[in-house]
Amino acid sequence: MRHEVRFSGFGGQGIILSAVILGRAAVMYDGNYAVQTQVYGPEARGGASMSSVIIDDSPILYPKVRDPDILVIMSQEGFEKYGAMAAGNAIMILDSSLVRSRPRCRYLEIPATTEAKNTLGREIVANIIMLGALVRATGIVREESLEKAILDSVPKGTESLNVRAMKRGMELASGEKGQ
Amino acid sequence: MQGNVACAEGALAAGCSFFAGYPITPSTEVAEHMAARLPKKGGVFIQMEDELASIAAVIGAAWTGARAMTATSGPGFSLMMENIGFAAMTETPCVIVNIQRGGPSTGQPTMSAQADMMQCRFGSHGDYSIIALSPASVQEMYELTAGAFNLADRFRVPVFLMADEIVGHMRERIEIPDSVPRVERRPLTPGVLPFHPGEDLVPGFPRFGTGHGVHVTGLTHDERGYPCATNPKVHEELVRRLVEKVESKRHEIADYRVTNPDAELVFITYGSPARTVEQVIHDNPEKKIGHLRFRIVWPFPENALREFPRARAFLVPEQNLGQMAREIERHTPVPVIRLPRFGGALHTPEELLAAMEALK
Repeated sequence: MRHEVRFSGFGGQGIILSAVILGRAAVMYDGNYAVQTQVYGPEARGGASMSSVIIDDSPILYPKVRDPDILVIMSQEGFEKYGAMAAGNAIMILDSSLVRSRPRCRYLEIPATTEAKNTLGREIVANIIMLGALVRATGIVREESLEKAILDSVPKGTESLNVRAMKRGMELASGEKGQ
Repeated sequence: MQGNVACAEGALAAGCSFFAGYPITPSTEVAEHMAARLPKKGGVFIQMEDELASIAAVIGAAWTGARAMTATSGPGFSLMMENIGFAAMTETPCVIVNIQRGGPSTGQPTMSAQADMMQCRFGSHGDYSIIALSPASVQEMYELTAGAFNLADRFRVPVFLMADEIVGHMRERIEIPDSVPRVERRPLTPGVLPFHPGEDLVPGFPRFGTGHGVHVTGLTHDERGYPCATNPKVHEELVRRLVEKVESKRHEIADYRVTNPDAELVFITYGSPARTVEQVIHDNPEKKIGHLRFRIVWPFPENALREFPRARAFLVPEQNLGQMAREIERHTPVPVIRLPRFGGALHTPEELLAAMEALK
């Protein structure tokens, strides 16, 4: 059941944290194996950021993603660098508030950054909206596992905001099914 | 768990009670985690002004009896070289973690490399010997760090955890044991001179506060520890012993894994490139590919090469221009194929399979 998930966007969006949360859900709450890796630059914010998770039910040897079957793209630069060459059988969740291009593979448009700002009042939870959408659309981890992993990972006092963001992502993904 | 966090947790499990360091990518999480955890366990964490001071503080702490550690990367490692020689000369047990990044100089702070393998062995001036470990998983970041303290205490040398950015920053599943094996420093017997070599060439360690008066100096010293810097015989005996106490035990210290010993084509790895080779072997079981994976790189256990009597070529993927490949070449008539990989990316399975197929 090996799945390779790649997240890409810019520094500050929580691209690395998204991958950590997804890997945590798979290992700690679904009992699978996961390896999370990342590529980032020396900048604190704004530079291109990419992270990956491999999820499998047997031990993972080569730790880097070779051919992602799931992509989460949160910037136009991220799309050009990692999204444009997505395999035909991949599925892409893209933040339609930030990404102009569309891939050849199946994709879901989730206006995560706009939703985070307008509906939830905090742009910073856009990545959690994307995670909710990703898990609803692919079932790669159980939804309750994702929620537990989010609660483990977010700062105290922001738990309900993040859970609302996750649920909003799931709703958006359900609404856009069949596209 | 992240590799760097597993390293810190392995150190804590081994009873490390002192950490002095200066943050540097990609090793910072080791210090960060020690800063959060050590004080709660009654240990001491100090963020020093730089890496020169960090290793100096670690040496001081080790002489009080503490299990002491620092963590750094390329530029910080270079700054530590002088006092690493001091630790070797004074036979100070300590653990130095290097999460290797691209060099020389500031190079590629966020990208992986294995290009400090010779520096950890020979980087300080003079002849001496050290022990260096190389983890290939988050699990090994934990286990090998914990084991490093035992080797340091047993042989009274600086022990290096030579990890790379990939294994340091990778997060994966880890199983934490209830306890880790512990080897204590052999205490100095009262009445015996503090630098008198025991049977195994390693002097007993004076326990702090138990009445030993010990002079600790980087100058060439006699068995009393007193400077004796112009006596050629004392110098030769001391330096030979500093080297031999480790080198003469290299096959006992050796720690490696062998896959398919009857193979003709054999990969030799340490650190994260091992993961690529494991994938290639898994994907091509019918090809009977050999793999020798070092978990301890220095002292170099050349007998390990004889585990593959039918080897026709050794292929050595490294994130450098062939540092360990050159060491392997010294010990075998079998052709050694260098497979360097630069820029921070890991060798891909396709690339290593192709390198192997090209030899058929």
